[in-house]
Formats: sequence, structure tokens, C-alpha cells
Amino acid sequence: MAFEGLADRLQSTIKKITGKGKVTEQDVKEMAREIRLALLEADVNFKVVKDLIKRIRERAVGQEVMDSLTPGQQVIKVVREELTDLMGTEQSKIAVSQKPPTVIMMVGLQGAGKTTSTGKLANLLRKSYNRNPLLVAADIYRPAAIDQLKTLGKQLDMDVFSLGTDVSPVEIAKQGIEKAKENHHDYVIIDTAGRLHVDEDLMGELKQIKETVSPDEIFLVVDAMTGQDAVNVAENFNNDLEITGVILTKLDGDTRGGAALSIKAVTGKPIKFAGMGEKLDQLEVFHPDRMASRILGMGDVLSLIEKAETQYDEKKAKEMEKKMKEMSFTFEDFLEQMDQVKSMGPLDEIMNMLPGANKMKGMKNIQVDDKQLSHIEAIIQSMTKEERVNPNIINASRKKRIAQGSGTSVSQVNRLIKQFNDMKKMMKQMMGGGKKGKKKGLSFPFM
Amino acid sequence: MSFFRKLKDKISTQTDQMTEKFKSGMSKTRESFTTKLNDLVAKYRKVDEDFFEELEEILISADVGVETVMTLIEELEMEVKRQNIQEPEKVKEVISEKLVDIYYDGDDASVEHLTMSESGLSIILVVGVNGVGKTTTIGKLAHRLKEEGKSVMLAAGDTFRAGAIEQLEVWGERAGVEVIKQSEGSDPAAVIYDGIQAAKSRGVDVLLCDTAGRLQNKVNLMNELAKVKKVISREVDGAPHETLLVLDATTGQNALNQAKTFKEATDVSGIVLTKLDGTAKGGIVLAIRREMDIPVKFVGLGEQMTDLQPFDAHQFVYGLFGDLIKE
Repeated sequence: MAFEGLADRLQSTIKKITGKGKVTEQDVKEMAREIRLALLEADVNFKVVKDLIKRIRERAVGQEVMDSLTPGQQVIKVVREELTDLMGTEQSKIAVSQKPPTVIMMVGLQGAGKTTSTGKLANLLRKSYNRNPLLVAADIYRPAAIDQLKTLGKQLDMDVFSLGTDVSPVEIAKQGIEKAKENHHDYVIIDTAGRLHVDEDLMGELKQIKETVSPDEIFLVVDAMTGQDAVNVAENFNNDLEITGVILTKLDGDTRGGAALSIKAVTGKPIKFAGMGEKLDQLEVFHPDRMASRILGMGDVLSLIEKAETQYDEKKAKEMEKKMKEMSFTFEDFLEQMDQVKSMGPLDEIMNMLPGANKMKGMKNIQVDDKQLSHIEAIIQSMTKEERVNPNIINASRKKRIAQGSGTSVSQVNRLIKQFNDMKKMMKQMMGGGKKGKKKGLSFPFM
Repeated sequence: MSFFRKLKDKISTQTDQMTEKFKSGMSKTRESFTTKLNDLVAKYRKVDEDFFEELEEILISADVGVETVMTLIEELEMEVKRQNIQEPEKVKEVISEKLVDIYYDGDDASVEHLTMSESGLSIILVVGVNGVGKTTTIGKLAHRLKEEGKSVMLAAGDTFRAGAIEQLEVWGERAGVEVIKQSEGSDPAAVIYDGIQAAKSRGVDVLLCDTAGRLQNKVNLMNELAKVKKVISREVDGAPHETLLVLDATTGQNALNQAKTFKEATDVSGIVLTKLDGTAKGGIVLAIRREMDIPVKFVGLGEQMTDLQPFDAHQFVYGLFGDLIKE
């Protein structure tokens, strides 16, 4: 990642404070500058940043440094608390109308991901809430937008209502709801065309749709990569339509996503869901607290711990940690670790959640690629039990056999053995080198 | 000669129509930026720390990029000291000069052109993250090239997104050019290969290759793109003649990551900055130019087929400062 997280930014300032009993005003001033830069680099709107910094400074000065935290950690804690406050609490509920169908309207700029999100939301409604939604194709402007929604409908095996491109979107929406009533759909999701928030004609059209169908939810779909302009977009859509919530898309990218904070700050409306991938089941409940960590560049440690907790047996982890420390970690263990990691989800997703993982020594060379994982697996499985426990005995002829058995090449086998040895060294450094207790948050099995 | 005079001269030698298009397309952008700048100048009696802080905010609000802004402000402070400038009014000029400087870095090349093969088939590969407007850009570009008298063909390399092939076909129809396609889900490299063979056998001048949008941190998808590029290079010497990265003007700092990673995978030769007709400023292209030296070749200023214009930093700055120049 091109940008440093807050933790990295604060390093130099923090060093100076370490050992002091109290955080002084000068300390805070210096740190405030770094916090400001970190937030701006994360695309948080500069006005929002200004207010935040003011509050943080007020809170941080004069605080006693807690034993359990370094001064830097303490400041980060304050920052994160402020951000979390601003982000609000989790609100993923979707309205249910007393008189079905419940109508949801999707709005936003071009290319934000409205149509894809419409498909994903429909899928979520069916899977998690056992609903039967009708998709309404009201984007008559973008070429093939209706085809796109129809294709998604086919993939999901759901009904899509369309009247082609010659009928007004207002009429399409109206008839769509009638159709839903007729066929007993309990939800209707109206996919509208992308438009600029300053386009008065097209914004007027949305208002008209709203007046005609009185939707129970109006979701503004926003690209997580949006920069400073996010406030203008959110403000305009909210003023014109009074949105009820936000769907943040493309959050599986490597953006910090400061736009989330800006949007929440100017509209006060909750971000309800986040698009986490291109597949139709990759719409997740939005966690405001985790977003705060992400904006600060601290990785989504919480999600990771949660994932690890649900998937990994703690006793096993302890055992593994011991093995790592003693350098008695073998290919057998490696294989087992890989299985565990794989059951947590795609590797790059997990790597993204690790704070500073990209910068970690030795980590750079480990390409995050699920396909490569299966190669590695095949290579290890082609080793004898003895070889797995004691890789040192793997000589040239054994390598050749392993390569043949796994359908890979000798150089691939070599690379794996080298990587394995590097990893062992790295683990030793991490486990043994760090001060006791300090690495607690990071005793993640794969590391 | 003063900078504004120079800029004005430069602009007046170009066709009025083009300048108008650029101006009206960027009116939203310009309004907010110039208003802010004028407010700033009116508000401060002298050039002091507060003045620079507010200037910094104006630039950051245009997504110019935090690092670039910091450097720019530093340079400005030095310049103001050197020239002993006291009145904020005069700083205006220095600011715009610096902005153009960042872009050209002394080299005063004017309008960017597309690199084309001297004889035979030219291939343009279009890449970018999801939803930036790749397919739309290809449609507009096809129209533009055709207007220039070239024969154009499109290859529907986005085989992933639902409806993408149909979308390109509509654009093909509008521009009156042939579209080479396979079914959804097929190998994009194979589609592009087909496109090249068809373009060769029909003696077409330019082949525009669409690709699926992909987030730059997806290693597999970036590898796939590198493979597509390899196929193109293998089939035609010196191809692709241009690899255009499409950037959404509303994108913030992440655009830098996009430029960096896409450049690594496909050796991007130019940028198309889309959706500049909104309130977004697209200032990040300045940072990209400064850090990676990738030029902007076109800007998208609307939804019409003719709304793709060649980028020209003088025009860009004129768009931002047009009202100031008239004063």
C-alpha cells in the first residue's frame, strides 16, 4: 500500500513520549498533524478531519499514560474512539412495510455499482430473510443496463421486471410494483440509472419516482474509493431524496475508504452494507467500528480475530505457537495450517485484514494467490512422512520425485522449501524476538 | 509576459469550439474551485500561515493528493518569500503557474496524441477498476477515431460482467463499427486474439480492446491482464500501441495505487479521466503525473458520444482558472 497507516506515521513522535507519565500538549500537537495527514490520505473529507482533530486534541491532552498501553497506542485509542463514535453503530436492518411489497430504491452516481448491488441485495433478502424480491429495471439510459440486470436475475433465478428503454423510469417503477403485488413478491428493488448529483433533470426524475412509489428504503450506493467529492454527492442525494441508508461498494479493494466517514458525517445516515467482491453473495453487513480501524490503516484486526476464533481451535494454536518458538515446525504442521487458513476464506482477504502485513519482512515474497496454495499443497502431499518432518533430507533425487508426484517442477519444490525455511526463521524472530505479551494480538496461527 | 497572458495566447490559437467544450464541461469543477480561490484571496489581507493553510485545504478538496499538495505549498511559500509577495491577489498567479509546472515539468508539449502504428494495425488496450467507464470510453473513442477517417474495430474483452458485451455492442452500433465477441465467461485473451485476427484480415486501422474491470489488489485478475497484453504483443509488433488506464475523477487517493499497480501489470501509457462533468476535480492526475509520469490523454465530459476530449494541461488549467483570466 502506498500510504502509511496512522500507527506508522506516529512512530517517530511516539518514541519521544515513551517513558513519560503524561501526554503533553506539544506531544498532542505533533501527533495531531500526523493524524490529520493520515486521515486526509485515507480520503476523509478535510472539513470532517478538522472537526475531528479539534475533538481529539481536547481529549488527548493531559491524559495519564496507562500502564498497559504505550502513549502512541493511547492516542490511537482516542482517535479510534472518536472515529467509531462518528461512524455510529451497526444498523443493517432493512425496512419491512406493513403493507407488502416493501419498496427499495437504489440510487447513485454512474459506475458506483447499483445494478450489481441490486442483485446482491436481492440475494441477501432471499438467503437471510427468506424473502421473494422482484427486480425492476429502471435504468433506461446506460446501454445494456437492463440486460445486465436480467442476466443477474437469471443467475439468481429471480424475476426481473422491465419495459424496455422507451418507457419512462417513473412508469416502469409504478408498473413494477403493480406486478409485484400481482405475483405476491414481498420486496421490490428498483435499479435506477446512475446520474450526477448536479444534474437537475435527472435528479428531478428520481424525486418523481420517489413521489410515485413512496419507497420504504432509498439506498445511496457509493464507491468506497471516492475522494473528497463524496460529501457533495452524499449531501445532494440526501437533500433531494432523503436517503435512508448507504451501501458502500468495492470495499474489497485496497482503499482506506475515508469516504465512509465523510458520508456518515454529512448525512447522518447509516452505512448498512458493504460490497466485498464480484460474486453475488459478497454483500456483507457493514461494521462501523472495523471501518474506523481500516481508515486508520490498522487493518481489520477485529474481523480477523473473529474469523480465527470461529475457525481455529485455541488449544491447537497454543501447540503451534510452541512449535514455532522451538523451531520444530514441520511441513506437516504447515499443511495443517494451510487447511485452517483456507477455511477462513480467500487468502488475500485475510492478508488485507492484517495490519502492516504488506510491509512485513519476508511477507512480500509470499504471493497471495489461491492457485499457488493448491500447488504448495500438492508438493507437500507428495512428500513422504519422513520428508515432511525433516525437510533437510530432501536431496536432488527426492526433489525430482516430489516434483513428478505433484505435477510441478523441481524449481517450484526448491522455492517452497526455501520459503518454508525463511518462514521458520521469521517465526522464530516474531515469537522469540518480541517482548513478552507485546505480540499478543498477533499470535495468529498462520504467522 | 505574465503567465496568464501566455496561457491566454496558447488557448486562443486553438479552436474556439474545443475550448468551449472543455469550459462548459468543466463548469461545475471550475465554479467551486475559482470561487474558493477568490474567496480566499478576498479574505486575507496578507499572505501568512493561515492563508497557506486554507490554500492547502482548497487543493486537498480537489483531490490533488496529500503529498503533492504539501510539496506544492512548500514551494509556494518559498516562491512568495523570494519574490517578496505581500498581496494574496498576486499569489493567485503563482499558484496556477505552479500547477501547470507540475504537469509539464518544463517540457511544454501541448495536446497529447495517441501513439499509432506507422503502417498497419494499431491496438489500444483499455484497462481500469470496476465502474470507471471503460466501455463508454471505448465507444466514444471509436466514434472519435472514425470521425478522423480511421477504420475501427472493437474486441469485447470484458467477458465477466453481466451485460458488458451487450453494452459494447450498443456502442459499436452507435459508432458504426464492428464488435468481435465470444460468449460471457469465455477467456478474455482468446477474445482479444480473435479480435486481432479479424482486424488483420479486414485491414482495420485501429482495434480497441475492452477488458473487465478489476480492483488492482486482485493478483489473479492482474495476472490475467498481463496475459492479455502478452497475447497482443506477440501477435503484432510494437503492440499495444497504447494502454489506457481509465480513472474516475471522483476517485480519491486510491487512484495513485491504481496507476501504480496497473502500470506494473500492463505498462500503462496514458490515462483517460472520466466523469469530469460532475463536481469532482480529478486533481489526483497531477499527483500521478508527478509521481509516475503518466500523461492524461483524454477526459470524459458527459454521456454523449462526442463528450470525449483530448487532454491539454493548458486547457485543464484554463478550465480551473478561466474566470480569473478574464478579470
